[in-house]
Amino acid sequence: MIRLIPRAQPSKAMIFLSPLLALTLTAVTAFFIFAFILTDIKVSSVFYTLFVEPLIDTYYISELLVKAAPLIMIALGLSIGFRAGVWNIGAEGQYVIGGITGGAVGLYFYNVEGFWLIPLMSLAAILGGMFYAGIAAFLKNKYQVNEILVTLMLTYVAVLFLSAMLQGPMRNPSGFNFPESRPFHDGALLPIIWQGTRLNVGLIIAVILSFVTWLGIKKHLSGLQIKITGSAPRAAKFAGFDDKKTIWFALLISGGVAGLAGLFEVIGPAGQITPGLPQFYGFTAIIVAFLSRLHPIAIIFSSLLIALTYLGGENVQIYFNLPSSITNIFQGMLLFYFLACDILIQYKIVFFKAIRQKL
Amino acid sequence: MKYQLEIQNITKSYGDLKANDDISLSIKPASIHALLGENGAGKSTLVKVIYGSLQPDSGQMQWRGEGYSPKSPFEAREQGIAMVFQHFSLFESLTVAENIILGLDDIGLDADFTEQITKYSKQYGLDINPQQVVGDLSVGARQRVEIIRCLMQSPKLLIMDEPTSVLTPQEVDDLFVTLRKLAEDGCAILYISHKLEEVRQICTQATILRGGKLVQNCNPQDHNKQELAEMMIGKKLIQLARSNITTGQDIFSINNLSRQSEDMFGVDLHDISLTIKQGSIVGIAGVAGNGQDELMELLIGEVEAPADSLIFKGEDVGRLNSHDRRQLSMFFIPEERLGHGAVPDMGLHENMLLSRPQQSEMTNYGVINWQNVEKLTQQVIDDFKVQTQSSKMLAKSLSGGNLQKFMVGRELIQNPELLIVTQPTWGVDAGSENNIHQSLIALADQGSAILIISQDLDEILTLCEQIHVLSEGSLSAAVDMKDNGLEKISHLMLGSEKQ
Repeated sequence: MIRLIPRAQPSKAMIFLSPLLALTLTAVTAFFIFAFILTDIKVSSVFYTLFVEPLIDTYYISELLVKAAPLIMIALGLSIGFRAGVWNIGAEGQYVIGGITGGAVGLYFYNVEGFWLIPLMSLAAILGGMFYAGIAAFLKNKYQVNEILVTLMLTYVAVLFLSAMLQGPMRNPSGFNFPESRPFHDGALLPIIWQGTRLNVGLIIAVILSFVTWLGIKKHLSGLQIKITGSAPRAAKFAGFDDKKTIWFALLISGGVAGLAGLFEVIGPAGQITPGLPQFYGFTAIIVAFLSRLHPIAIIFSSLLIALTYLGGENVQIYFNLPSSITNIFQGMLLFYFLACDILIQYKIVFFKAIRQKL
Repeated sequence: MKYQLEIQNITKSYGDLKANDDISLSIKPASIHALLGENGAGKSTLVKVIYGSLQPDSGQMQWRGEGYSPKSPFEAREQGIAMVFQHFSLFESLTVAENIILGLDDIGLDADFTEQITKYSKQYGLDINPQQVVGDLSVGARQRVEIIRCLMQSPKLLIMDEPTSVLTPQEVDDLFVTLRKLAEDGCAILYISHKLEEVRQICTQATILRGGKLVQNCNPQDHNKQELAEMMIGKKLIQLARSNITTGQDIFSINNLSRQSEDMFGVDLHDISLTIKQGSIVGIAGVAGNGQDELMELLIGEVEAPADSLIFKGEDVGRLNSHDRRQLSMFFIPEERLGHGAVPDMGLHENMLLSRPQQSEMTNYGVINWQNVEKLTQQVIDDFKVQTQSSKMLAKSLSGGNLQKFMVGRELIQNPELLIVTQPTWGVDAGSENNIHQSLIALADQGSAILIISQDLDEILTLCEQIHVLSEGSLSAAVDMKDNGLEKISHLMLGSEKQ
C-alpha cells in the first residue's frame, strides 16, 4: 500500500529534487507523446531542436534572455500578490496599459532627447499599470468584487484600448495608415547590453528587482505580512495587519511591475507600439510564478525555462512543421508535474505492507 | 461472567510511537469505570480499539466471557457497545426523533417509536421532547439525544468521551443521575475525562494511562484529586493559590458594549460592561457559543468597537487595531491556536512576530532583526518549557499543549499590563495546565490585570477573584461567591433557557 504521510519539517532535499523529478517526468511524458504522434521524424531530433539547439547558439541565447526579462518582472509582481492570496490574473492587461502610458510619454517627446526621458516614461508606465490593477483593488476592498474576474476582464478591455489608440491618437502620421505608433528615437530606447543582439538593460533591471524582492520578503515585515495574510487571514488580523492595505499593496506592486515590463517591450525589442504588444507574457508569468514556488530568485530560472519552451516551440514549428501548441503542452505539463512533485516537500511516500497480527 | 469487558496486553503502535503499550483492564458489569490520562496518553487509541475502529498490533479482548476482536464499529455496536462522542453528530434541522432514527436500522418513524423515546427519557431522567428541532436545543439537551440514541440499541457497555466538557454544573449533576441509573440496570460505562473531581464522584474504578503505558488500576474514591493528577502526569503538582491579592486602580473597562453579529449563526452582544483593576484576575464563565468569539474579536481589535466602549488606561482603544493596542501593553491569547494565534505553516520564530510590541528589538522601520527574534523565541521556549526541536519548527508540528505554552509565553515575556485570554488551557494536559496557571498567577501577583474567558468553570474558580457569566450575549454582574456562588453561576450559565 502507498500512503502520503506529512513530514514534521519540510524536506530540504526535496525542495531541490522535486523540480528535477518534475523535469524528468515532463521529458518522459513528452517522449511518449511525440513517439505517439510523430511517424516519420525521430523523436530524438525533435528533442534536440526543442531543448538543445536554443542553448548552443548565441543568437538563441540572447533571444532566450530577451524573452525571460519581461517574464521575470511580471512573475515577481504576481508572486507577491499570490503569496497574499490576491489573485491578479490580468497582468497582461496591466502590461499593455503600461506600454501605452509609458509609450505615450515617449511619443509626446518624439523630437526631444534627454537622460530624463526613459525614467519619466518608466514612471508613467508604472503608474499606468498601478492604476489599472488598482481598479481591482478598489472594487475588492469597497464592494468585495472578486479580483480574478476584474483583472481578467480588464485585460480584454486593455487590448481593445490599445487597438483604439493605435488607430487613433497614437497612429504614426507617416505610417501609411498602419495601426502602429511612430518608432521611438534612440534616446527613448533601452540601451543594448550585448552588441549585435536585441538584449537590453531590461534584463539587468529584472534581475536586480528579483534580489530586491527577495531581500524584502526575507527581511522586511511587509514580506511576512503578505505571507501571513495569504496563509492565515485570521492570524493576520490578530497580528494587527490591515488586510485592505495588503490587497492594495499586492495589486499595486504587481500592476506597476507589469506596466514597466510592457514599456520595456515597447522601447526594447519592439521599438514602437504595435498591435502585437500583447504576447501572453502576463498569463505565462502565472506559470512562471508557480514553477518557482513564488520564490523571487527561482523566478529567474523558471523564466529561462519557460522562455526555452517558447523558442524551442518556434523552432520545431519551423523545422518539423509541428503546431505551435507544442509550447503550451510543455508549459502545461511542467506546471502540472511541478505542483504534483512539490507535495513531496511536505509529505513523504510510505510503502508498507499491512501486517496485522491475528487476534 | 465476572467482567463485561476484559482487555489483555493490548499494544498498538504508529511507526515508532507506541500509543498503547501492553495495556490490560477489566470492566465489571454495572460499574462506571474511568479512563484517565493526559493528552497523548493513549486513551483514544484504546477506545478506538474497543470500538472497532482500530485493530491492535497484539493482545486480546474478551467480551462477556468470549473472544472479541471487532473489525469495525458496526461489529462493536452489534455486540452491544455504544459510544457518545465528544463532538455530537446531529442534524440541526431535524427533530429529535428523526435524528435518533437515523442512527438505527429497520425502524419506521411512528407513534410507537416516539413513545419508546419518551419511555427511555422518563426511565433515565433524560428530559427531552421528541418533536423538538435539534437546532433549538442546548448542548446538554443534544447530549441527551445522543445518549437516548445509544440506549435504543440496549447497550451493555456505553463509552462516553469527555461528556461534561460542554455542560453547566447543573447539567453535569443531571447527567450523573442518568449514568448511575444506567449502571444500576446493568450497563457498564467507560467514562473518559480529565476532570478528576467528577471522576471521583461517579466512578468506582479507574484505569490511569501515561505515555501509552498502564500506570495503575485503582478506585478513584480512595485517592484525592491531587494524587490522581500526579499519577496521570507522573510528577508532583504545584499547589495553586494567590497568596495576597493586592489590587490597584481600574486599568481597563468595557462600557455598554453592544454588537450586532453580521454572521447568521453569530451571537449579538448586548450592553456588556466590566471593570478590571490592576493585579486582579477576572473571569468570564459561560458555555461556548454565547458570544465569547464575538466579544474576543472586539477585545483584540479585529473588529472595531463603538466609541468609548473600551477604555484602557484612560484611553479609548476601541478603534485601534491589535498592534496599536499592544503598544499600550494590552496583549491577547486567542482560543484557536492554529490559524488565529499562530500560523500553522510558519516556524515558531516567524510566529513570534505576530505579537510584536517592542518596535526596537525585533524590527526597526519594518526591517526584521532575525537574530533578536530567534533569541526571544528561544527564551520563550526555555522559560515555558516548550518541547520542540528548534525555534524554527513549524507551529503545526507542535502538539496543542506545547503550542499553547508557546503562545502564552510569547505574550507573557512582554510583561503585559493587561492580558486577555480565551480558554488558556483548552486541550492542554494537566502538567502544562498547572504551568500555565502558575504563570498567569505570577503575572497578576506582579500587578498586571488578567481577563480570562473560559468554558472551564474549574479553571475560573481556581484563578479568578471576580467572576462574570456570559450568556446569550449578555454579561452578568460580578457574582458574589460567598453565598451559594456556584449555584448562581450555574443558573446564569443556563441563561433564559428554562430547564
